[in-house]
Amino acid sequence: MREIEVSRITDVVERLCIEANNHLPGDVKCAIERCRACEDGEIAKGVLDNIIENYNIADRENVPICQDTGMACVFLEIGQDVHFVGGDLRLAVDEGVRRGYDKGYLRKSVVGDPVRRGNTGDNTPAMLYTEIVPGDQVKITVGPKGFGSENMSAIRMFKPSAGLQGIKDFILETVENAGPNPCPPMVIGVGIGGTFDKAALLAKKAIMRPLDTHHPDPFYAELEDEMLEKVNALGIGPQGFGGKTTAIGLNIETLPTHIAGMPCAININCHVTRHKTEVL
Amino acid sequence: MEKRITLPLTEELAKTLNAGDSVLLTGTIYTSRDAGHKRMCEALARGEELPFDPTDATIYYVGPTPAKPGQVIGSAGPTTSGRMDAYAPTMMSVGARGMIGKGARLPEVVEAMKKHSGVYFGAIGGAGALLAKCIKKCELIAYEDLGAEALRKLYVEDMPLVVIIDSEGNNLYETGRAEYLAKQNKRGL
Repeated sequence: MREIEVSRITDVVERLCIEANNHLPGDVKCAIERCRACEDGEIAKGVLDNIIENYNIADRENVPICQDTGMACVFLEIGQDVHFVGGDLRLAVDEGVRRGYDKGYLRKSVVGDPVRRGNTGDNTPAMLYTEIVPGDQVKITVGPKGFGSENMSAIRMFKPSAGLQGIKDFILETVENAGPNPCPPMVIGVGIGGTFDKAALLAKKAIMRPLDTHHPDPFYAELEDEMLEKVNALGIGPQGFGGKTTAIGLNIETLPTHIAGMPCAININCHVTRHKTEVL
Repeated sequence: MEKRITLPLTEELAKTLNAGDSVLLTGTIYTSRDAGHKRMCEALARGEELPFDPTDATIYYVGPTPAKPGQVIGSAGPTTSGRMDAYAPTMMSVGARGMIGKGARLPEVVEAMKKHSGVYFGAIGGAGALLAKCIKKCELIAYEDLGAEALRKLYVEDMPLVVIIDSEGNNLYETGRAEYLAKQNKRGL
């Protein structure tokens, strides 16, 4: 059994909140730059140039890429041989978010009650996901999630008879409905299978997966490529002004499901697809 | 080609702007988003004055990050405008002609724009660090308790925007995409 002080989790979460918000991952930058090279419309090229200039400024000056510094989604993969000591793990994560959003001059965008509203003032609580895995390490990922794009996400409980075509149509319908609202070019996460809740979590995990990777099953890997091409044929384009680049990536994650169902969730993200990981 | 324009957004100036124009905007604008709009519209319903003179004013839908020491403002890109659709016709009815944001608007907003010669500008969503560079002055004027959503008066210089919907109701989201798809069809793609 390996003991880990929860204060170490706080320190890492604090650091990751700031780094994720100020520095875009390399795979996302590569995808944007590749799309810029393929665009030929003047407005579309101009938008992508500004997006590139924007993340370069953020890198150089250590400032948030986007003012919506998101809800802090925190994923902990906890080795089963780890024993946390020195306090409550959940409180330690929230303390990391609180410090990171304060010290990093990040926007506090969380309300304490979904209906009655009221800003919590420190961006807590985090949206915390824990998973028990083999080993004695803890993998901590912080993915700040903006809501311009989160609001355009969708979930549907398909009958199995809807088949692959049902899923393909649903992806295109969701992107069409999103239109210019989620700050295209988007990143699209698709979760298929599991239960109602698991499908949504798969979709969220899909947007966190590097854009230069594929689903391990060739069937879904091909579907990722096919649907990215179809999404980009819609012509919505950067910021919705028309063009080739409606999405810079589309990742699919899957799980087994019930004989009676085929849940499918689509999590939409913007071009500021942020996440940062550290292992303790 | 970019058009340089200076505020206030008079009716005369508004009518020179067409959907698809790239503009560099200079002048005083006001920030507000969900909670601020709700309060302003409630104030108007009670017959009270707004915290600023809305005549020919332009409102930027933004909730910036806090300014670091030495910064005028933190990152400051647009938020999704559709959430302000419930309030925009009221704001235009008292003279606030310009809106800066991103994303689609409801038909009733476009109708109000045609009636009041309104203009809807798009700033690049997600380009908060870049857009902050154009903001030269920032002053908190009301609703301080709303934090990022408080009302601020900004002075901007050469803010890069695109006219999304003009005062005649032409919409770049419709025309830009249609033009792109028509071009693709012509190429037989």
